Amino acid sequence: MKIAVCIKRTPDSESRFKIASTGASIDEAGLKFDIDDFASYAVEAALQLNEKAGGGETVVYALGPDNVQESLRKAMSMGVDRAVHLKADKVPADGIAIAKALAAELKGGGYDLVLFGKHAFDSSAGVVGTATAEFLGVACVTAASELRVENGAGVARRELEGAAEMLTFPLPAVVTIDEGVARPRYPSLKGIMAAKKKPLESKPAQLGDIRVTVQKAELPPERPAGRILGEGVAAIPELVKLLQTEAKVL
Amino acid sequence: MANVLVFAETRNGELRKIAFEAVTAARQLADATGGGEVHAFLAGAPGVGAKAAQLGIYGADVVFVAESADFAQFARESFAATIADRAKLDAYRAIVLGFSAQGRDLGPRIAAKLDLPIVSDVTEIASSGDTLTVKHPGYANKVVLTLVVSGPSAVISVRPSAFTAKENAKPARTETIAAVPAKTPVVTVTEIKEGAKGRPDLGEASIIISGGRGLKAAENFKLVEDLADAFGNAAVGATRAVTDDGWRPHSDQIGQTGRQVSPQLYVALGISGAIQHLAGMRTSKTIVAINKDKEAPIFKVADYGIVGDVLEVVPALTAAIHEARKGH
Repeated sequence: MKIAVCIKRTPDSESRFKIASTGASIDEAGLKFDIDDFASYAVEAALQLNEKAGGGETVVYALGPDNVQESLRKAMSMGVDRAVHLKADKVPADGIAIAKALAAELKGGGYDLVLFGKHAFDSSAGVVGTATAEFLGVACVTAASELRVENGAGVARRELEGAAEMLTFPLPAVVTIDEGVARPRYPSLKGIMAAKKKPLESKPAQLGDIRVTVQKAELPPERPAGRILGEGVAAIPELVKLLQTEAKVL
Repeated sequence: MANVLVFAETRNGELRKIAFEAVTAARQLADATGGGEVHAFLAGAPGVGAKAAQLGIYGADVVFVAESADFAQFARESFAATIADRAKLDAYRAIVLGFSAQGRDLGPRIAAKLDLPIVSDVTEIASSGDTLTVKHPGYANKVVLTLVVSGPSAVISVRPSAFTAKENAKPARTETIAAVPAKTPVVTVTEIKEGAKGRPDLGEASIIISGGRGLKAAENFKLVEDLADAFGNAAVGATRAVTDDGWRPHSDQIGQTGRQVSPQLYVALGISGAIQHLAGMRTSKTIVAINKDKEAPIFKVADYGIVGDVLEVVPALTAAIHEARKGH
């Protein structure tokens, strides 16, 4: 199969964040960046689908400044065949603009499947994959927690609140990947060496109008400092009293 | 003055809590534009139209009802096409949905069809002329972003529990509209796997009792269930460590990569409070933690903490809550 995976480069989610002096973004100094978690599941899912199918091509796409090439190389060190970098000064907060740029590139690529993470850690919006599917005019499954291809059609599971739906869909299709599909492999030394020689094409992203911008970034208000009521069973009467009189949930 | 279109989400023929919250958010936005109307879109199997009056209670002026046998399930492509076609008939200031499994799926489809900007998982909305300013917690709730959306119309999905459903009764007028067939190839639902019966969903519950590794064994989750029963209508959640170990289904996971919740009361049992877990529950109104390690990070965010072994403390707490709620 021919599979495209669209990835984003995001900061390590376990970081402690500071706000940049502009007040409109995080301070990136000292942060570690990598392929976003959900996008890394998508890369792994694509590799496994093609390994199972016994062939095909896997292509990775990323939009952003030159530093996204590091993430594209990492995907190739995991086993992706080639990479396309859509150059932009920064990744805008406008998911529709990004989807248009990606769809313009993917159209005519002959892909059976285009995979995305269900959302990226930083923007936490979940727009780009689904909107790309609309612009391509193909079927779309969002937040798949299982994904297979059987007899030329897609099969997926999608978590709902307190339930799940089992889905079938025709190819070509866009699928956005939730946790549960696949744990990403670590690149092997051989993979890292091979990735250096794999093709990485860089070209300008066709972003068009940007209609959503970040005006301000701030840290959420701290919760009031925690209070330990006491130890063991002896603290229960005090807890019950506070749940009644202060928290008013009883 | 501009109207606002809102998606009234249903499941199994019943309106969901997020539908009333989305209508409340839409009402606030319509009022802020100088008194526009709120138009709700209600789709489902034949008979769903009977629910329209409930939307009026929360401030819908008009309810567009699209009934179709195909709408017994979440017919995402046709829902999106029907909402987009309806939106073309009015100059809506915004199309509002909930940031739920359905809303997350529909929002970007509608925005792309109408070529509108979209903002997701929004907790506050302000409108001034052709500019919308919204707040959206990004970075797994660690950074709050203020986003500016330019243009006369936009798609907005609102975070569950961020807008408290408020009564604002309008004599909602009902209009029947035709279901628009899908314009892209469709996904087919072959089966719905229902989760545990008899408990509210994590996103809808006002009380959540959650368990972690400190419970030591899968069978001890019974203590979490028992405490949830003592509180009446509480939901049960778990940490990632617990769902990764298979003690609980993946869908119960609360945290950065699982569900993000903000109930009135969150009770963390045997949970150390890893950053990954805190990202999913730190916006809860009141947090209670019981853990045997007094240095555990969960105590930094817990309004009320008890240092102790959950296997001893929880059964006694369950008895005390039963006692306190006698007569309920």
